[in-house]
Amino acid sequence: MQNNILTMTEEKFQIRIDKEEKIEPKDWMPEGYRKHLIRQISQHAHSEIIGMQPEGNWISRAPSLRAKMILLAKVQDEAGHGLYLYSACETLGISRQELVSQLHSGKAKYSSIFNYPTLSWADMGAIGWLVDGAAIVNQVSLQRTSFGPYSRGMVKICKEESFHQRQGYEIMAQMAKGTSEQKAMAQDALNRFWWPSIMMFGPNDSDSPRTGNAMKWKIKRKTNDELRQEFIDKTVNQAEIIGLTIPDKDLKWNEQRQHYDFGEMDWDEFWNVVNGNGPCNKQRLNHHKKAHDDGQWVREAAKSYAQKQELIAN
Amino acid sequence: MSENRTVWEVFIQSKNGLAHKHVGNVHAEDKIMALENARELYTRRNEGSCIWVVKSKDIISSESEDGEAFFDPSNDKMYRHPTFYTMPEGSKHI
Repeated sequence: MQNNILTMTEEKFQIRIDKEEKIEPKDWMPEGYRKHLIRQISQHAHSEIIGMQPEGNWISRAPSLRAKMILLAKVQDEAGHGLYLYSACETLGISRQELVSQLHSGKAKYSSIFNYPTLSWADMGAIGWLVDGAAIVNQVSLQRTSFGPYSRGMVKICKEESFHQRQGYEIMAQMAKGTSEQKAMAQDALNRFWWPSIMMFGPNDSDSPRTGNAMKWKIKRKTNDELRQEFIDKTVNQAEIIGLTIPDKDLKWNEQRQHYDFGEMDWDEFWNVVNGNGPCNKQRLNHHKKAHDDGQWVREAAKSYAQKQELIAN
Repeated sequence: MSENRTVWEVFIQSKNGLAHKHVGNVHAEDKIMALENARELYTRRNEGSCIWVVKSKDIISSESEDGEAFFDPSNDKMYRHPTFYTMPEGSKHI
């Protein structure tokens, strides 16, 4: 009997999803839907926050005041995007504190791309152009996700994100037409960031067990492989225009598919980095923990101050 | 000491004369911090001319699942809409 009622409620939920209705935090939802959203949104939020580190590395060494101001504004945006996403995630009944502790314990992940080091100024170009470019393809599609707060967060983020990609591409274009050393730096950054960028979309659909439910519940609107193809199709021409070469000898336009064919991704490396063995995993997490711990006295002071103000007011 | 700060809902008036619109929330210990956090988070690109913040716990919401029953009283009163009325043929400006 109990099971029958649950099945009926789940059917009703699926009908709402199929009608493209948005699900709001107080609405009934299957436990699996809630869990999937918490995992996906928190991973997304943590990526924005951890993503501030590789770029923050270059704020003090930006080559001009203009570049420094732009980079500062971009890193501040990433913080804002993290906060929009934490807010959306909290509506599912999990606290900010719990989200942060899941990041610190390793239970929650963030995008592996941020476990690579940023070795030269050209990396700021490659990150904006490729990493933000890939994120935009994903986020544009997530504007139509079925969970209301996530969808509204994505709309806001997409509005702000396109400056990020354009500033990165501008850096790459400038360096590519600079001295031969500068061009070599740009090419080197592209070489290092290309494969990790296209692996940001996650495993191939055939190896992605959770995709089925995520698509059925319309949390995700396009599969990993569809999004990856979309990103590659967009980006090849952008590389050609600025005279850089995408490091994939199998990359070739396929007239029949009307898409680019591309080479095999190194999934062993991908999983190795996801599982904590990338070049910067420890550094990124330790830095986050330290910043969090170092901020403890500020949080305590703010709380005491607020309590004191309340006493005075009453 | 509990780490969970008060959550405040943020409403922004984008231009003088328009209504304030809900944009999201912020965490803050007190009202001034809430206003400043809201400014940093939601108006980095001239989105606002005025911000309201209100503690989330002070907002009373109707249940969206009871929506049908809750809003039922207005369903059968079509005479509240101007299109309900038949105007004489040829009448204008009404």
